[in-house]
Amino acid sequence: MDLHFGDSKPTDDERAAVDALLGPPQSAWEGADRSDQDLRWARGGRAVRERRDLLLPGLHAINDRVGWISPGALDYLCRRLTVPPAEAYGVATFYSLFSLRPRPATVLHVCTDLACQAAGAEQVCAQAESRLGPGSGVRIERSPCLGLCERAPAALAIRAGDPVRTAVAAPAGAASAVSAAALPDAAPQEPPAAAAAPQTSGSGPGRDRLLLLGRVGVADPESLDDYRAHGGYTALRRAFALGPAGVIREVTESGLLGRGGAAFPTGRKWQATAAQPEQPHYLVCNADESEPGTFKDRVLMEGDPFALVEAMTIAGYAIGAHRGFLYLRGEYPRALRRMEHAVAQARARGLLGEDVLGQGYAFDIEIRRGAGAYICGEETALFNSLEGRRGEPRSKPPFPVEKGLFGKPTAANNVETLVNVLPVLTLGAQEYAAIGTGRSTGPKLYCVSGSVERPGVYELPFGATLGELLELAGVRQGLRAVLLGGAAGSFVRPDELDIPLTFEGTREAGTTLGSGVVMAFDDRVPLPRLLLRIARFFREESCGQCVPCRVGTVRQEEALRRLAERTGDAADDIALLREVGRAMRDASICGLGQTAWNAVESAIDRLGAYA
Amino acid sequence: MTVTPLGMPRRLVEVTLDGEPVRVPEGSTLLDACRAAGKDVPTLCHGDTLTPKNACRLCMVEVEGSRTLVPACSRKAEPGMEVRTGTERVRHSRKIVLELLASSADLSTTPRAAEWIEEYGARPGRFGPDAARLGEEPRIDNELYVRDYDKCILCYKCVDACGEQWQNTFAIAVAGRGFDARISVEHDAPLPDSACVYCGNCVEVCPTGALSFTSEFDMRAAGTWDESRQTRTTTVCAYCGVGCTLTLHVQDNEIVKVTSPHDNPVTHGNLCIKGRFGYQHVQNRD
Repeated sequence: MDLHFGDSKPTDDERAAVDALLGPPQSAWEGADRSDQDLRWARGGRAVRERRDLLLPGLHAINDRVGWISPGALDYLCRRLTVPPAEAYGVATFYSLFSLRPRPATVLHVCTDLACQAAGAEQVCAQAESRLGPGSGVRIERSPCLGLCERAPAALAIRAGDPVRTAVAAPAGAASAVSAAALPDAAPQEPPAAAAAPQTSGSGPGRDRLLLLGRVGVADPESLDDYRAHGGYTALRRAFALGPAGVIREVTESGLLGRGGAAFPTGRKWQATAAQPEQPHYLVCNADESEPGTFKDRVLMEGDPFALVEAMTIAGYAIGAHRGFLYLRGEYPRALRRMEHAVAQARARGLLGEDVLGQGYAFDIEIRRGAGAYICGEETALFNSLEGRRGEPRSKPPFPVEKGLFGKPTAANNVETLVNVLPVLTLGAQEYAAIGTGRSTGPKLYCVSGSVERPGVYELPFGATLGELLELAGVRQGLRAVLLGGAAGSFVRPDELDIPLTFEGTREAGTTLGSGVVMAFDDRVPLPRLLLRIARFFREESCGQCVPCRVGTVRQEEALRRLAERTGDAADDIALLREVGRAMRDASICGLGQTAWNAVESAIDRLGAYA
Repeated sequence: MTVTPLGMPRRLVEVTLDGEPVRVPEGSTLLDACRAAGKDVPTLCHGDTLTPKNACRLCMVEVEGSRTLVPACSRKAEPGMEVRTGTERVRHSRKIVLELLASSADLSTTPRAAEWIEEYGARPGRFGPDAARLGEEPRIDNELYVRDYDKCILCYKCVDACGEQWQNTFAIAVAGRGFDARISVEHDAPLPDSACVYCGNCVEVCPTGALSFTSEFDMRAAGTWDESRQTRTTTVCAYCGVGCTLTLHVQDNEIVKVTSPHDNPVTHGNLCIKGRFGYQHVQNRD
């Protein structure tokens, strides 16, 4: 390729931000001053182009330092990585956390998604806007779910600089949101992760039976020694004793199903990846938790980060991978800090690196930050994002186990799925499989939010009913509807609380467990507004690749707006929604478009919205 | 003498198309199978010289055992597949896709669009007068071709032709996301400030006329473009030694467009700026 650059030059700050990531440029071909050497050798080529996956970290570096990505900065990054500027521009404009236009250094993301909307986010937003006018140096952006639903309404302030600073205000009032944006360093500490998991407080019933949340609030999330003192790394030792095939056998026999929403058998995925002759194999941990209402992975990573490091090491060992990527949501600054710390600690102590636990197995974890794109939670879109491309889903087949990250065999697992591997190995497959029901084994995390007294992450064995879970969380009076599975899930009625929370039980009831979202709404929440918010979410998060989703989500939002504002013929609009929804479900490339109509359909059919 | 490379002999795969058994060479797509069986499957983003992107979702067919419909253009035929191409489910999906496209983009110069809209009973107007449209103006920023993104259906063919599949220039990419996604050069700059080399290979593959040669764009604007009055003359480009085959489209004794046959083993339909645009001397009558 023949790269063409404009005349824009990076500022010293922008150049320093990129160089801090990539090191100083080696030659004029990479953007350094030209020397005689450069006239004799053309450097670059394949070796440089293979660093394309550093494009997203590079964009983050610039955006973190300056707050936006200028033409000069983008050109410099492109020179360093031999990426055509048009492609890099396409990538940068894909992510909502990046700006290609000048903007204030501080951006206050106010969540206006489902749980926060019901908790008065619009009011917080409007008041913050009135206090932080154009001259305040703060840009306010209405954000999709920030994954802080247990403390709704939530706001996240990000101030560009060296280093970038973040502050969370949740539950946010106008005052706390404004002060988080004005003085991020002085913002009060977030409550510990354990506060988001009510079962872990004190010695409540079943405290010692928690398998996934057991260490949350007990072991210091920043101490590897504490992790080991609480049973850490026994599973990895067992894994080395079993050997890779033994681990896969154990996981298969445990009946562990993926917790990200698709419920695919983890053992089968690992087996299929391990069996691929093509090398290298990769492990990808999907921590791009963006389904509205979901925050379990955040609590796990903030509360028990070493567990994920250990689980990823086991998964890598089982599938024969030596590199694992942790793709972490860009809106999770504390989880990022905890995971970075945990990976560094594990590396320093020989639990990651050339020779893990002295067993002759090499494995390391790279953490990559997402940049504000729900679609990157779809595994193939996540691979594209990691590779430095637009986060657009690929068409399947071929499946990731065959051609995944960098076109190589890849096992992609959700955080919760991986963390489940630890009890599978410490308890043994038999004992693990005895938990839950026959077809949904083990414990499950639920993200309960909305109209409940004690919102948070709950761990229950599969098979508990929706009613039991809501009772545990203290559901309030006047329950109108429960959203299961998030924006891509579906609503159920208050008289359906006996639905067993299992993959098969929810399927039989015509709903879904999805990522474990359980959001309760009372009768004060106007349903049409809620549905409109869901539709807006899908419209804004559609990647735009395929027609049914790109235009269908727009037409769905338009129809729901007419319904909410009563400006059209309701029966016509519902018929139109059904037709468009059916085509989105049938013809979209990926799960986003295929499920974009689920919640609306269930609200019409089960709740009688607009009736 | 033209040597046709034969390649390795390929095994045949038998699939069932609407109840009829069809045998196609291994590696064929369902679209190949449909076309071999004489079935007309509408396509927009599929290009005969490009890897299928399966973005437009017009060619969807039903495959037994698949939860969703599958794109015929990219799904490979597998032994025993049962494929249905004209069911109500398939026709519904195509109808909606056509309605979504026609209600958001200008399909007036898309070949066969009107015919398909008729065939599938699509009513793009039913989304109401306030339905969001692309709302783009033609971009006339160079003398050789026009980018009228109001007609763009975001099929990615121009991006693929400009980038890794043919030209290796990477002047354009998809920028933005969702309904706001557009084909763009970096920073949405005018074309002369970009890496564009004016090979016109993007125009060659555009299925909707969103990209058109200035000659064609101006004649359409003046109402003088008339393909029924055009002749096609095949010749060889004289500029260099590669020997690209050219097809000169001539109307009223004027060259109005230059293309190259897509099945030509030298060009695969691609040309460079000289072959594509350097024809003025031919009609210089002074």
